[in-house]
Amino acid sequence: MSDIAISSSPTIPRWLSRLKPKSVGGAITTCILFLGAWVMVFPFIWMISSSVKPTDEVYDSDFTIIPKTFKGFENYYNVMFEQPYLMFILNSMIVCTGILAVQLLTAIPAAYALAKLKFRGSTILFGTVIACLTIPINVTSIPIYVGLVKVGLLDTYISMMFPFFISVFAIFLFRQFFKGFPDSIIQAARVDGFSEIEIILRLILPSAVPAIAAFSVFSFVAHWNDLYWPLIVVQSQDKMTATLSIMQYQSDFGTDHGRIFASATVVTMPMVIAFLFARRLFIRGITMTGVKG
Amino acid sequence: MPSGVPLIVFLTGNLGCKMAKLSLKNIKKSFGSTEVLKNISLDVEDGEFISLVGQSGCGKSTLLRIIAGLEAQDAGDILIDGAPMNGREPKDRNIAMVFQDYALYPHMSVGENMSMPLIMARLPMHARLPGIRHFTPAHRREKPGIDADVEKVAKQLRIEHLLQRKPAQLSGGQRQRVALGRALVRNPKVFLMDEPLSNLDAKLRVEVRSEITELHASSGLTFIYVTHDQTEAMTMSDRVALMQDGAFLQVGAPNDLYANPANIDVAKFIGSPEINMIKGAVTSDQVSIGNVALPIALDAPFNGAVQIGIRPEAITINGVPGLAFANQSERTIQMSFNKRLVEDLGPEVLIHGALAVEPNRSIRIRAQKSQNYGERELFASTSQLDVQIDPSSLLFFDPSGKRISSKLKIPTHNNPVELVGAA
Repeated sequence: MSDIAISSSPTIPRWLSRLKPKSVGGAITTCILFLGAWVMVFPFIWMISSSVKPTDEVYDSDFTIIPKTFKGFENYYNVMFEQPYLMFILNSMIVCTGILAVQLLTAIPAAYALAKLKFRGSTILFGTVIACLTIPINVTSIPIYVGLVKVGLLDTYISMMFPFFISVFAIFLFRQFFKGFPDSIIQAARVDGFSEIEIILRLILPSAVPAIAAFSVFSFVAHWNDLYWPLIVVQSQDKMTATLSIMQYQSDFGTDHGRIFASATVVTMPMVIAFLFARRLFIRGITMTGVKG
Repeated sequence: MPSGVPLIVFLTGNLGCKMAKLSLKNIKKSFGSTEVLKNISLDVEDGEFISLVGQSGCGKSTLLRIIAGLEAQDAGDILIDGAPMNGREPKDRNIAMVFQDYALYPHMSVGENMSMPLIMARLPMHARLPGIRHFTPAHRREKPGIDADVEKVAKQLRIEHLLQRKPAQLSGGQRQRVALGRALVRNPKVFLMDEPLSNLDAKLRVEVRSEITELHASSGLTFIYVTHDQTEAMTMSDRVALMQDGAFLQVGAPNDLYANPANIDVAKFIGSPEINMIKGAVTSDQVSIGNVALPIALDAPFNGAVQIGIRPEAITINGVPGLAFANQSERTIQMSFNKRLVEDLGPEVLIHGALAVEPNRSIRIRAQKSQNYGERELFASTSQLDVQIDPSSLLFFDPSGKRISSKLKIPTHNNPVELVGAA
């Protein structure tokens, strides 16, 4: 594409000639960036292309982006209407909202305490919190699973949400954000008679809206996309999250690749649409949290 | 902002004069191994305006925060009207505090900012909850009274037209007034201020300074005012407490600190421009600067080197037309002065230079301009000037910095004091 842009023949349309690189270095840079973008975007193109193919064509040796036989209607109809697609979306919503609500409820007071209250051992406590960031869920999943079995909570919404109720990352993020809140305002509030809870509710929260919004985006996206934990704790179809529902087309007897990809496309869509509407919020969320969802 | 005359009219009698005596007894505070406050004791009378002044890090702000209850002292007692405040929450101490950065609640309007202390004091918890509060009887009962009180104070401070605005939409001076209003509205016993003027520009600072003084005069409240600016402390307060390294150097009326500093640090801190220091010597009860003997008797027997402080206005210059000097003492010490630089401050001039007896020590002389000032060329051409120093205004300090009190030697027939001419 870039070599077309380099030759400045007058027949090239204006929109294309505007892409003309300014120098050879620029052309090379454009090439590298284009390659990078291709690597990023190709899986999505592949997903969409496969979602309109019949199963046997997905892993066909002569791969084409445009399908030879168009099976899009069948695949999408099957995914959207032959299974309770809306229920899966609703389940995902319930799980993500529940997780987020409890995360905010626990993380904000904890972060306020770590950021603004002076107490013995606060540094050690904060160090411990940071250390917890290094423990992946896979380490704790077995004890949590056993625990859930013991209390008979397997295959429930709670079991899907429980391990994520306390987000160490949220505590860390909010603590850093609250640190920047002026001490004098908190002191003025104490003189004026605010209780600590009211300081959080009336003063800290309104100022922390950007951080809360950012974390909400981060948390929502992360748990929407989570496959690992729902796969472990949920079996029944009426509790399945959207991501988990993709797995239905895979069994020991055969895998319906076309439908899997159609399902994946449909499950990804809500987040993509949400992204298009709240792009700025998403970008702020991802940059502030410093982690790609 | 207009002058503060209407403030007095408005405030007199409007605020109940709820005066309070504040006592600090042996307050100590350390942060880790650093001793920030070393055994501080102080009594503040009803309706007194006292300034805690000192360089940054002297512990004045920590002391104020301890009085407010925002910080706990390690040892000692705080009494307001005889009642011990140790361990009490700030809100239960009946104090109000104004912060350096105003500390207004950023997302609340001016009106909400000012009503917050009243809402917190008069409404129970459930009547303060967002959403539910409008349905509670307590809220319905108290809200009109709160609004009326806020409006009254806003009117007094002439900010009633700003009540709907957010702090971000206000100028520095307006924010300062809102902060004052928020503190005043709860009718506190003690009014604490932590460098409230240092974020204002120089011109506004002078204006608000006089308004705070008037506010104090009219409200009759006990004011404790923390500042690093000696001018603020001198101009506003009934008493000044000068702090250094967590202890009081001297506590007294502003003029007392100026005229009778207890030690060299007080003398240097109080007064602008800074006091001139020159070296002197005492041999067998005779004080002298260089070879000039001074008609001074020290109260305590002393021998050796002394530091002599001369206020910039205690020196007068001879033979320069257009300059007037406040200090017109009959008995003077003649000295020779090398002028280096003249700063024109409008109504007065500052003349920089050095005395001939001590050419390495910079000396400043402050002189008023009189009507015929303008013959500057004459003044500019001469660098050697004859100056006179009023011996009664000299301050003596021993090498450790402690003040040595002194008096003028009265010339008698047997012992006529000779004023030796300049070197």
